[in-house]
Amino acid sequence: MARLGLMTVPVAFFAVFFAYPVAAIVARGLKVDGGWQFGRIFDVLAQSDIRHVLWFTTWQALASTALTLLIALPGAYVFARFDFRGKQVLRAIVTVPFVLPTVVVGTAFLALVGRGGLLDEMWGVRLDTTVWAILLAHVFFNYAVVVRTVGGLWSQLDPRQEEAARMLGASRFAAWRTVTLPALGPAVAAASLMVFLFTFTSFGVVQILGGPTFSTLEVEIYRQTSEIFDLSTAAVLTLLQFVAVGAILAVHAWTVRRRETALRLVDPAVTARRPRGPGQWALLAAVLATVAVLLVLPLAVLVERSFGAPGFAYYERLTSDDSGIFLVAPIEAVGNSLEYAVTATAIAVVIGGLAAAALTRRDAGRLVRGFDALLMLPLGVSAVTVGFGFLIALDEPPLNLRASWILVPLAQALVGVPFVVRTMLPVLRAVDVRLREAAAVLGASPWRVWREVDLPMVRRALLIAAGFAFAVSLGEFGATVFIARPDNPTLPVAVARLLGHPGALNYGQAMALSTILMVVCAVALLVLERLRTDRTGEF
Amino acid sequence: MRLGSSGATGEFGMLLNLEGATVRFGGRAVLDAVDLGVTEHEIVCVLGPSGSGKSTLLRAVAGLQPLDAGRVSLDGRDQAGVPAHRRGVGLMFQDHQLFPQRDVGGNVAFGPRMHGESKGERAARVRELLELVGLPGSERRAVASLSGGEQQRVALARALAPRPRLLMLDEPLGQLDRSLRERLVVELRELFGELGTTVLAVTHDQGEAFALADRVVVMRDGRIAQSGTPLEVWQRPADEFVARFLGFDNVVAATVSGQVADTPWGKVPVPEDAPQGAAALLVRPAGVRLVAPAEGLRCGVAARTFRGTHVAVHLQPQDAPRLEAACALREAPEPGDEVGVAFDAAEIVVLGGPSAP
Repeated sequence: MARLGLMTVPVAFFAVFFAYPVAAIVARGLKVDGGWQFGRIFDVLAQSDIRHVLWFTTWQALASTALTLLIALPGAYVFARFDFRGKQVLRAIVTVPFVLPTVVVGTAFLALVGRGGLLDEMWGVRLDTTVWAILLAHVFFNYAVVVRTVGGLWSQLDPRQEEAARMLGASRFAAWRTVTLPALGPAVAAASLMVFLFTFTSFGVVQILGGPTFSTLEVEIYRQTSEIFDLSTAAVLTLLQFVAVGAILAVHAWTVRRRETALRLVDPAVTARRPRGPGQWALLAAVLATVAVLLVLPLAVLVERSFGAPGFAYYERLTSDDSGIFLVAPIEAVGNSLEYAVTATAIAVVIGGLAAAALTRRDAGRLVRGFDALLMLPLGVSAVTVGFGFLIALDEPPLNLRASWILVPLAQALVGVPFVVRTMLPVLRAVDVRLREAAAVLGASPWRVWREVDLPMVRRALLIAAGFAFAVSLGEFGATVFIARPDNPTLPVAVARLLGHPGALNYGQAMALSTILMVVCAVALLVLERLRTDRTGEF
Repeated sequence: MRLGSSGATGEFGMLLNLEGATVRFGGRAVLDAVDLGVTEHEIVCVLGPSGSGKSTLLRAVAGLQPLDAGRVSLDGRDQAGVPAHRRGVGLMFQDHQLFPQRDVGGNVAFGPRMHGESKGERAARVRELLELVGLPGSERRAVASLSGGEQQRVALARALAPRPRLLMLDEPLGQLDRSLRERLVVELRELFGELGTTVLAVTHDQGEAFALADRVVVMRDGRIAQSGTPLEVWQRPADEFVARFLGFDNVVAATVSGQVADTPWGKVPVPEDAPQGAAALLVRPAGVRLVAPAEGLRCGVAARTFRGTHVAVHLQPQDAPRLEAACALREAPEPGDEVGVAFDAAEIVVLGGPSAP
């Protein structure tokens, strides 16, 4: 019963701020003059430009996933099995892109491969008119997903399993293929699906790098809403996206369940060793070079461009409010963003924490399992769906929040909750249920048990979850762009709007704002990374 | 003062009483209508193979496992609806479950803290208990730095700290090595005797149970198979299951008439008061005497196992189940020898319950 009590708040939150907007989208898309018109779906699908968008969305996601695996799997191996100086720093560097706002990444790649970018200046090469800019930006983003998911498991696989196979007569490759690969398979599948999901619903990157030629479903939904004002087509597209994402998540949940097979896991510290022989050193060098070119260079170029004008001209310009693009000085976006992000983080931690506590019990029933899946939806269902849903559902009675500043933090919290749950849940589940029982038998009430046993163990996870929620809220673009008010832009929205206007000054200001955003996010992440690896604490 | 033990019944002095306690997991009764009473200051040891429901029994008493039927009472009061933290019983978990983020002192002080004792009282109690379990001055040590035996002592101190009216131990010495176990079991018994603690322990190790308990309760498939003093259980196992669980293998189907039983090993003498008719028959290894091949049941020696104080000789009669005999070191025959077997009525028990097919 107590568990049901815990679930009430998150369930109510999701009902009001997720299910209700989604229902509004369905009604807007399929209800014409009070009657259901399911034929609308086929009408929309019949348009050739829509079919083109669907096709592009799918194949670029497949290509991005394949390319990410190709580039990141060697990295996963190096991180899992090699011990080298600076590994901790490198691990942090690799993770930074994952929490960087899409807008920053888009801007950075624009600075690298776009018109007037570094490659353009040096060799006259431009990639922003080709799909390669998008694909490379997607690899940039998702490199960490593969390295963390696959590499994390790889580093915990007992090398003696492979040694046992070798002793039974398997060659080095045969041992890898028959022992390690099957063990890694589910992790690779799960990582691939996550990458596919993220790239399938890619918005900010494609919005900035796609130009008029390339458009994903997300971008098309935004275009239909804000440029063509065809809300019912946008609603139908949102539903299509909803179904596709639901299918991907279902497959993902299935692979995750299959991954829970009994593997013999060991402490990662004992499986890593220094590289041996020229082959292994070459591999390490290749991975380091990839990280330098693909992950570090774009960000370095971004920073360099932001100082492109003499002195701090672009930064200084951010403080003036006569640009005509905004009603306020762009620099005020920094304050807005921080305020929104702090509020969103508080909401996400409370909602996500309660949900994780409710989901902790392993013997949770079907009802609770369904709730688990529900919590993941906003992560995949894409920010644009959330923003669009807020736009059409929460600006009229019975719930009119249009004029309220809380709308933006609410949307950002919705996107952040899955991260909080995903971070907290494994830690809470790892708390041995008998420790709680031991406390109860010694006289601790259920609330005392939580405070005395659970809280000390999850305190760090709670901080990490809050940090993630903060970074996600700070960089949130897809939902915010729909609902942020013109006089209160957030950083990503301001960057996108600056990029949307021609002129070197606007371009430079976009670079400068992106740099500020990147620094804030990177600092947040590096603090997290320290929390995560600080082993001087109690556990 | 410790009360006399065997099968003490009646409400007087009864601290714990289970009546028809039943727990089902998915239709299977893990605890099947168990009746069990523990009087004050008594040490009761529940003995059974894994899966016999003994841990579930403890969890049901602790309030960690709700009953599907029956009731648990403490001091005559029904505990239905009383949550674990208000039952006032202590439970020492199988693998101790010390709180990893607290030091030794923090673990031991946890119970008193939950019961609202002041800081000074707690510190005194912790000091007293650590002294009692032989770890004086180790308040500040991290639990990760403790050896298995030390963890066991800290877990015991932690369980005793809130002064539970009933202390329950789940496989208290299960994870420790043999010599340590044998030493600790003696220490535990002395300690409980001094403190007058009422103890309900479960174990799968008969040596542990016999050394620790005033009364042994043997469980099988969620039911109580036998209850009695260690001596009673050892001398007169209730049925074939208990006999085999205690390590006796010389059990066969027999038909008793008068003072003789008809068995696959031939005619075997039984004690005077033996029940008549079909039954299972236990022959203790000490009751198997080796004689000249012509003078008894003719057997071949299949194997010998050195047991420290004696040698277990495995004998193979023709067309009959194997027999184990206990021989003095010097008298044991070699494998391959031919011997005769005679039986000693004093070491033979006619068992109740269903006999082997």
